[in-house]
Amino acid sequence: MSPTRRSRQVAIVLATALATALSACSSGDGGTAAGGTTGTQDAVDAALREGGEITYWSWTPSAKAQVEAFQQEFPNVKVNYVNAGTGNDHYTKLQNAVKAGSGAPDVAQIEYQALPQFAMTGALVDLGQYGFNAFEDDYTPSTWNSVKVGGGLFGLPQDSGPMALFYNKEVFDRHGLTVPKTWDEYVETARKLHTADPTKYITSDTGDAGFATSMIWQAGGKPFTTDGKNVKIDLQDEGARKWTATWDELVEEKLVSTIPGWSDAWYKALGDGTIATLATGAWMPGVLESSVPGGAGKWAVAPLPTYDGKTPVTAENGGGGQSVLKQSAKPALAAAFVRWLNNGNGVKPFLDSGGFPATKADLESSAFKDEAAPYFGGQQINQVLTAAAGQVVPGWSYLPYQLYANSVFGDTVGKSYADSTSLDPGLTAWQQALVDYGNQQGFTVTTG
Amino acid sequence: MATTRSPLRPRKSRVLTAVMAVYLLYTLVPLAWLLISATKTQQDLLSTSGLALGGTFALFDNIAETFTHDGGIFLRWLGNTLLYVVLGAGGATVLATAAGYGLAKYRFRGRRAVFAVLLGAIAIPGTALAVPTFLMFSNLGLTNTPWAIIIPSLVSPFGLYLVWTYAVEAVPDDLLEAARIDGAGELRIFFTVTLRLLLPGVVTVALFAVVSTWNNYFLPLIMLSEPDWYPLTVGLNQWSAQASGVGAQPIYHLVITGAVITIVPLVVAFLLLQRFWQSGLTAGSVKQ
Repeated sequence: MSPTRRSRQVAIVLATALATALSACSSGDGGTAAGGTTGTQDAVDAALREGGEITYWSWTPSAKAQVEAFQQEFPNVKVNYVNAGTGNDHYTKLQNAVKAGSGAPDVAQIEYQALPQFAMTGALVDLGQYGFNAFEDDYTPSTWNSVKVGGGLFGLPQDSGPMALFYNKEVFDRHGLTVPKTWDEYVETARKLHTADPTKYITSDTGDAGFATSMIWQAGGKPFTTDGKNVKIDLQDEGARKWTATWDELVEEKLVSTIPGWSDAWYKALGDGTIATLATGAWMPGVLESSVPGGAGKWAVAPLPTYDGKTPVTAENGGGGQSVLKQSAKPALAAAFVRWLNNGNGVKPFLDSGGFPATKADLESSAFKDEAAPYFGGQQINQVLTAAAGQVVPGWSYLPYQLYANSVFGDTVGKSYADSTSLDPGLTAWQQALVDYGNQQGFTVTTG
Repeated sequence: MATTRSPLRPRKSRVLTAVMAVYLLYTLVPLAWLLISATKTQQDLLSTSGLALGGTFALFDNIAETFTHDGGIFLRWLGNTLLYVVLGAGGATVLATAAGYGLAKYRFRGRRAVFAVLLGAIAIPGTALAVPTFLMFSNLGLTNTPWAIIIPSLVSPFGLYLVWTYAVEAVPDDLLEAARIDGAGELRIFFTVTLRLLLPGVVTVALFAVVSTWNNYFLPLIMLSEPDWYPLTVGLNQWSAQASGVGAQPIYHLVITGAVITIVPLVVAFLLLQRFWQSGLTAGSVKQ
């Protein structure tokens, strides 16, 4: 079965489940997304002393080690760790369990892009009631902003993905290319590279919603704003147009490879230099080190190119945290586990597994910053990446139905990619699909 | 020698042969790719051509790793799939056989209505029913248990239809009449006379049911969240999905080896049962 067909099926289920969840929400007490509550951590500490059993859904590589370490530290707590699937599979199951009213875990991993959807439907516990708002200064502003929805705190950040430019130094040196500082230089580099060696591409992109939204984010776009049930979508704002003006050149001139991301061919292309750069999140080194052995010693990291070449700005790509589900019978104990994971001893096993943290203390520690990465030829890559963590454009938010939005990106913007034409009509079509869907789901969606 | 045409020795057609050859390639190349890829290490998989052998022959290492990776969960998935096939497909065959025979050979009120419902049930794809089924099972508290897979698998409208039409042809009314006159009860007739006559049809239905349960993907995907109850299809997909996103850990070599191991029992089942299957397919095509 082809991945597109599967993701389409998953999207259908998600859509159905979300539709019913939202209507259930609007007929009820309206959820808890508005407002935000405050309290103290006493209840959490008491629950931790009392102990009990909770279930945790996650697909992060460090989850197993973290659960084991937690149980060793707190023998009176039993954590049932379940890997319910990666990405959409996980969210489909979570959304179905929320809709069904039973079967959800106590704690779940939820990425930043998916968090508004679960928070808005009243599926998550506002951790403000346990006094977790006090942790604000422990996290980078962009990740903290990502777990706040409508004034409530619906999770604690685990990792972050400030974007940087990963490039294959060997390929660059062979063709006498310099690392681009602006996106115009990037396009120029793409032309030079592809002319010098037609088998090589500056990057691969077949239309990925996560990448596109991050690029619009970096360009200063704010296409999605949500205020209660009112949603505003503008995928042709100044930022979005800035990005498409650049990216159109790459797409129209066929300077980007059409190898689909995360496929076996893609991993191969990262190893043999077919794909010369990746503009992606700071968690990428772990993936390269463990899964692209052929690229060892070739890759290097540079700041993400910008539009003016002066002020360094970047965006987040990927990353997420852990949230407590409303269905939990032991929400305080679940909150204690989340606190331990992302604001306690759980951070260490996460770092050991190659994760890129969201906690300022870990980002600023010299042990982390100055570490020389052998895979990257000894470059102190975290210097670049931690600097990026502080340069994320503030004020971004995702749609309260971003998972659906991402699933129809291929049907709309994907066409522009497939035809090698300007992305603007694709983005306009995407916007229309999102307006229609949002209105059907009980939101009041406006544009422009 | 001049070409002689006889109904038993039809003329050879170059076009048809060519089409068949293309079709054969079309079917076999992916299989060859799968078998060749299963002999490669993850590293070779990403650095060598798909239809050429890699630097090292790692088939046996891959098989061993597939069965031991993540605490031997693959063996558990294999056991789950067998359980779902034996209970689900086995039950579906029994139910379809009994019901199909009953509908073909007994006259009762509502028979036409059953036929209409049956045709409707065949027309609705399983995918469309997955979410309603999920919500229903969730209310019953059966999600995330093996019953959530076995119970829906018990219903096979297409199998029922097949046995029904097959029974109309293969079980002569006169024979049943004779058995009744000899004093056999209806149950005894079913088990001693009918079942034997229906055997090719039953095997066909069983094969269809086994294949569809073995390959069942979407239903377990949404019903189960506990990997300990996954069948092979969903389990392998989980391994495959590991390759994307933050913290990606591709284990394509295990996914591919696991896929090979997964298709082996199906291939064996087809080889063993194809004798019955062929006679089942052609039955009823010639008026006796």
